[in-house]
Amino acid sequence: MTSQPLLSVEGVSVELPTPRGRLLAVDQVDLSLAPGRTLGIVGESGCGKTMLSRAILQLLPKRAALKGRVMFDGQDMVRLSPEALRRLRGPSLAVVFQDPMTSLNPVLTIGTQLIETLQAHLGMDTAAATRRAAELLAAVGIPAPEQRLRQYPHQLSGGMRQRVAIAIALSCEPKLLIADEPTTALDVTVQAQILDLLAREQQRRHMAMILITHDLGVVAGRADEVAVMYAGRVVERAPTPSLFAGMRMPYTQALLAAIPKLDSPPHTALPAIAGRPPDQTRPLPGCSFAPRCRHADDQCRAAKPPLADSGPAGSQYACWHPLQPAPMPEA
Amino acid sequence: MAVLEIDGDTALASPVAKRRKLGGLFLCAVAWVLLIGLAAVFATILPIASPTDMDMLGKRALPSAEHLLGTDSLGRDILSRLIYGARVSLTVGLLSSVIGVTIGGALGMLAGYFRGRLETLTVGGVDVLLAFPPLVFLLAVLAYLGQTVLNITLVIGVLSIPAFTRVARAVTLSLSEREFVVAARALGATHGRILLRELLPNVSLPLVAFFLLGVAVTIVVEGALSFLGLGVPPPAPSWGSMIAEGRESLDIAPWLAFLPAGTMFITVLAFNIIGDTLRALTDPRPGAL
Amino acid sequence: MARFIGRRLLYLLPVLLAVSLLTFLIASLLPGDLAYAILGDQATPEKLAALRAKMGLDLPIWQRYLHWLWGVLQGDLGRSFRTGEMVLNAVLDRLPVSIELMIMAEVMGLMIGIPLAILCAVKSGSAIDRFFTGFAFANLSLPSYMVAILLIFLFAVQFNWLPATGWVPFSEDPVGNLRSFVLPALTLAFAEWPALMRVLRSDMIATLQEDYIAMAKAKGLRPARILLVHALKPSSLTLVTITGINIGRLIGGALIVETIFALPGIGRLLVGAIYARDFIILQGVVLFVAAGFVIVNFIVDMLYGVLDPRIRHGRA
Repeated sequence: MTSQPLLSVEGVSVELPTPRGRLLAVDQVDLSLAPGRTLGIVGESGCGKTMLSRAILQLLPKRAALKGRVMFDGQDMVRLSPEALRRLRGPSLAVVFQDPMTSLNPVLTIGTQLIETLQAHLGMDTAAATRRAAELLAAVGIPAPEQRLRQYPHQLSGGMRQRVAIAIALSCEPKLLIADEPTTALDVTVQAQILDLLAREQQRRHMAMILITHDLGVVAGRADEVAVMYAGRVVERAPTPSLFAGMRMPYTQALLAAIPKLDSPPHTALPAIAGRPPDQTRPLPGCSFAPRCRHADDQCRAAKPPLADSGPAGSQYACWHPLQPAPMPEA
Repeated sequence: MAVLEIDGDTALASPVAKRRKLGGLFLCAVAWVLLIGLAAVFATILPIASPTDMDMLGKRALPSAEHLLGTDSLGRDILSRLIYGARVSLTVGLLSSVIGVTIGGALGMLAGYFRGRLETLTVGGVDVLLAFPPLVFLLAVLAYLGQTVLNITLVIGVLSIPAFTRVARAVTLSLSEREFVVAARALGATHGRILLRELLPNVSLPLVAFFLLGVAVTIVVEGALSFLGLGVPPPAPSWGSMIAEGRESLDIAPWLAFLPAGTMFITVLAFNIIGDTLRALTDPRPGAL
Repeated sequence: MARFIGRRLLYLLPVLLAVSLLTFLIASLLPGDLAYAILGDQATPEKLAALRAKMGLDLPIWQRYLHWLWGVLQGDLGRSFRTGEMVLNAVLDRLPVSIELMIMAEVMGLMIGIPLAILCAVKSGSAIDRFFTGFAFANLSLPSYMVAILLIFLFAVQFNWLPATGWVPFSEDPVGNLRSFVLPALTLAFAEWPALMRVLRSDMIATLQEDYIAMAKAKGLRPARILLVHALKPSSLTLVTITGINIGRLIGGALIVETIFALPGIGRLLVGAIYARDFIILQGVVLFVAAGFVIVNFIVDMLYGVLDPRIRHGRA
């Protein structure tokens, strides 16, 4: 944690114009990630985690307004020229999107989509790139890779497609991989396989990873550190063991409670989080979670709690009435 | 990836500003169509020269108090010829589109509502008619039938039926499953009542928009016929034949071609603008406004 | 793929048959009959009867249709009663000119339409986009004969850069031949590009918002590759559709343009036949053009399979 960070997000806000007014998708987020480490970003859909990842990748929609700095490897991504950014994407920074149905181009073969990446950055000739592409497919667990190269995305299953997307992301040996809900669109049975594949490749290549998910269970054993987002803000951030040992923010606890447990008796009602996420075109003066929080009082509705350091090293939370850190067994 | 849904630049485009800008253009278009229409209707009582009287001494004259837009290569008053030409263009344009919208609209609604064999037959017939390049079909039929205003109107009208049929059928198909139609059917309304009271009002709006676009196309087609000398027989003035005649003196008096061309262009554009605005209004897709 | 072609072929035959029937019926719209039209002023009852018997006009209409169709299937579209020329020969003689014209026009139209569509899609909502979209809309109201007049006035009359008429065969003078095609092809291209551009533009705007475009950007591909390969290829399906739909208008346009610029193509043959009231040629040309149109549309349908792997693998 003390080494020079590979990525540091400093005071990043993203505003999107919508027909109903300006939407504050990301609100003053600070994050940092050291080389080779994994950061989990957790939150409900619409909490701004995807927009944050797009802000890091500099792939925001044209009309989005970005404030703050995204320092990657000592350079501010926000100020880089399009050409410099292009050279960075692929060899330094790669992404796996949520839905491999839509993230692979339907009219280009798998081979083309892999080879073009290799050729764009590594200057390989077609024969070398084709060999490398087959090796990459084999490395992500795709059988008969040479034949797959000639196939189109629709001829593969969802899990296979996501493996292809991972192979493309890994092809130029990136220093940082952003996996944006990489398993949400997949069958439950292949979700664990994909996550294990990502973890294995990360170890092998010593690359940093941001794992974005709505499922605290996904980050539990896989991330070194977890940031919980709500309504565009980071509301709690801690090394994974200390987070699960004692979460301070009621929202984090609610997220954890919403995970189905295998040992619950059949027909147990899932404790869903009551209410809906706030309308981010109409920001609240106080804590955004207050309308849904059991512990909320007048202070919560009047003023936003700052993201403050807490007891254990590296832990932060934003709450006026934090839960008491009870000693909990590790998840 | 709910965030991606607002990614769209089209969704974010400010619809209000666009609409206001279109408003001015829309009004200009309506005003022009009214002007041309009124001039055409009252051509005989307007204080203009005869469109066919020749003045052999005043050929290709520049504008004067006597001839506001000058004269053509046979010394005929251009303004008067433009106005009488509008009569032909608008008559053919409006009447043939009326034929298309009535027959095509009815066929499309019946096909979309009753489905079954009627639909198969209609769609098949439409496909065969569309298998001919329209202008070739039109020229051929007119060559056999003879080129009169009535024949031109009738044939263009028949040719425009498929397009209207397609629109009416598509709209009817999408409406037939909607609650208000299902409800009317459940209440025991007759087919005729459902078609006339429930479906027709909803189908007519898109059809009217399409009708105006059809008028624009028809005016262009009638112009093409006259331009080729296969339209309204001379000496009756028509925009297309005026352009063709003007072409002969492009080197010495280019305005003889450009005046009728400009008039026709603005008229066609006006119908297109009005039709397109109405089409955008009735387009069910959100954001099309 | 074979099944896909087979299914479409099965649909093609009845349409072709219907086209032939309709063409035959149009010819029977002639007031009086063909014998009367041929003989004109010299018609006497005896001569008319003799000619009718010779041409088989006294047979019932369905027999005449079958007889005519049988001839057509053997390549006999009849013989002009004015020049004695075989209709099929007349058509085939002029076909290369029309095809050269239409290909040049389509290429020019695509060369104007595609870059503008990409430009407007990338800059959607900007002043550039609004300008060209508005220009394309106005252009849709500008029929080819007006464009022709405008181009003749500018390039032939004012500056005298290009000939307005004066076709020469390619074999005699290739440069002169191409020069004589520039203005006619450009005229047709002006009618083509607005429709191409409008459709491709809105399609590209939708495509550019796809995840796979974000992915292509995240892969660090060059902008040109993203636009031309990742965005344009999926959109090319629409391009093929609209090109297919446009062929009908292109044929109609070619007819006018060939007449204006005195190009000896099929359009001029058809218009000439109408002027000369040569109904046999007219009927043959109409059948040829309509059948060609149907077949070209069929080929366009086939192109879908080549372009969209999802259709090619039978998952339409």
